[in-house]
Amino acid sequence: MEVVQIQRRLVDYTKSLFMEGFLDGQFLQLQQLQDESNPDFVVEVVSLFFDDSEKLLNELTIALDQPNVDFKKVDGHVHQLKGSSSSIGAQRVKNVCIAFRNFCEVQNIEGCLTCLQQVKQEYYLVKNKLETLFRLEQQIVASGGSIPMIEMGF
Amino acid sequence: MVVETCFSSPRTDAFPAGLRVLVVDDDRTWSKILEKMLKKCFYEVTTCCLAREALNLLRERKDGYDIVISDVNMPDLDGFKLLEHVGLEMDLPVIMMSVDGETRRVMKGVQHGACDYLLKPIRMKELRNIWQHVFRKKIHEVRDIEIIHMTRSGSELFDDVHFLDGQDTTSGRKRKDADNKHSDKDLGDPSSTKKARVVWTVDLHQKFVKAVNQIGFDKVGPKKILDLMNVPWLTRENVASHLQAAEGRRHEKLCIGMKHSDSSTKDSTAGSGLHNSMNVMQDNMSNGSFSFSVSNSCAPNVDLKGHEGDRKGITSGPMAESRGTFSTNIPDPRKAKSLQISSDHSLGPVDSVVNMASFSSFSWNEIPEIQFKQEDEPLQLDDGFNQQSLPGLPHRMLTEYLQPAVSVSPGPSITEKVATSGGIEVKPRCDKYRSNHIKHSCPTEAVGESHTLNNQVFELISTTSSVKSPDIIPNRLTESEFSPRNLNEGVVVEDLQLCWLQGDCYAMNFGLQGFDCTEFNNAAMIPETPFHLYDEPRFDHEHLFDPTEYYTIDQGLFA
Repeated sequence: MEVVQIQRRLVDYTKSLFMEGFLDGQFLQLQQLQDESNPDFVVEVVSLFFDDSEKLLNELTIALDQPNVDFKKVDGHVHQLKGSSSSIGAQRVKNVCIAFRNFCEVQNIEGCLTCLQQVKQEYYLVKNKLETLFRLEQQIVASGGSIPMIEMGF
Repeated sequence: MVVETCFSSPRTDAFPAGLRVLVVDDDRTWSKILEKMLKKCFYEVTTCCLAREALNLLRERKDGYDIVISDVNMPDLDGFKLLEHVGLEMDLPVIMMSVDGETRRVMKGVQHGACDYLLKPIRMKELRNIWQHVFRKKIHEVRDIEIIHMTRSGSELFDDVHFLDGQDTTSGRKRKDADNKHSDKDLGDPSSTKKARVVWTVDLHQKFVKAVNQIGFDKVGPKKILDLMNVPWLTRENVASHLQAAEGRRHEKLCIGMKHSDSSTKDSTAGSGLHNSMNVMQDNMSNGSFSFSVSNSCAPNVDLKGHEGDRKGITSGPMAESRGTFSTNIPDPRKAKSLQISSDHSLGPVDSVVNMASFSSFSWNEIPEIQFKQEDEPLQLDDGFNQQSLPGLPHRMLTEYLQPAVSVSPGPSITEKVATSGGIEVKPRCDKYRSNHIKHSCPTEAVGESHTLNNQVFELISTTSSVKSPDIIPNRLTESEFSPRNLNEGVVVEDLQLCWLQGDCYAMNFGLQGFDCTEFNNAAMIPETPFHLYDEPRFDHEHLFDPTEYYTIDQGLFA
């Protein structure tokens, strides 16, 4: 596939992620922060996000699996997840976290469990999307092209 | 874990670049992102993910950081506790961050002393402005001390200026010793807790003047002066500020018989705090490296206009200012009548000031125009300075502006209102402004005063001539003296203290809060209301109105 084609694919793909709400303006900020001194900045940050999120999801699963759920603890984890997701612009994950926290506040175990499931789903979705995106970028770079900057009206 | 540590010397001429930021966040992604963003702002960043770690770092290097940014939720220690510790032990500005923007939490942050509360996701532009908090803090830190110095120096340095009553001198003398001690201490330890504040004692100032004379007014520049002065701990920045202040003072001196109002200073120093100190933002004259953009709701535009030195100016300041010092009388009875605060006693004898006056190289050009909100158009007095006052207070201030005013030297704009011959006395009245940090001649009494600034200004002009005379010059203008002259009858000049602050920017006692001045090439004078009187309604920079107010001094007054 020609570089130009991959580039176009990348652009379209990225735009779709924004349109579908997977990513928000924060992701663009990250891309803008990337420069020659740190060409893998976005990938690094997102990788950190993946690591931290997976740990948090595990903790959440364990915490909600307890006989006596410690909602404060659960809330703490969700709060962290919310923060992390906001850092890379994982909008849908963040939104679920908001709902999740509300359930924690009222100590609604069912609501929490539902949210846990949702947040996992959203997380894996966005992870998948981002990995695809990075792969496209890698392809472009490997073919000697440059990664196009997405212009969006954020 | 500390990702990186960059300890460098405090502030360089490139401020805010080089600002040393400590980021405390346990979220690795945010930590990384913030670090990147801050670096893009040319700040020096250190990150850590534990609050205790942060405290250790801060304690190890007391002077190693300028500002702390911390997340509210930290695993080991509550962010608010960290905030308290930092505030108490290190007295650094702390910005809180959180993904949670609940008002309650934000309020808690502010209550615990956070100077700002940022919501995640944080944008780069928010981080760009954090230097303002550092600057503001510096200014406030020194303000009280400066006032003491200024009041003292006013009395001791300007002996040749007549003091209205013996009280001035005596009280001045009394303070003198205390001040001397203080200045000595400062001189001896320039990097004392109040960082970067240079106290320009008479001796230091003499050296300065000598250096200037040697170089020649035309060729003078901070670097050259610094070299000649041979004061190891002094920075070029300090000299530059002083130079600007001197320029301003020279004007003042020429135009006004400054007088130091003793009683007021006394009060002011006492911390009644109601004096509005004028803050001068001194710019690095030689390179104008410092530029601020003034932005605040009240004063959207601050334009520095060049003024001719020989224009007649109005010195704002209700009080007679001593040479080179700005002091404003604070007529407010409840407040100490702090008066003029001489510029940081850096002014040496009158002669030296006069000498400086001959600096031709200094540009008087920039005079910030302060626009009064209420005015439809900026009141330009001659060189125009428009004063922007808080809503509701503006007019008074305007009235004070005399029109043909010599623009105050760009540097320190100390708004002093002095009745000048044919000049208008501008009295900063910042009553209401008190609560604001930055106030420049806030019309303190504005309340209830008519707001016809423009008209008043002109009225003032016509009336000032009568006013000015004997009372004002060169005596200390007391509140009572001014009252009749107030434009709006009865407006009393609030405790405005115009002070020339010598020293570098950080030493300036200007309440630049949230003072975002772009295009300031010269220091702007910002009268500051001693808000501490009011138990600090610290205003976020958003609330700041442009405090800069330029008063021009009427040269003719003292010609």
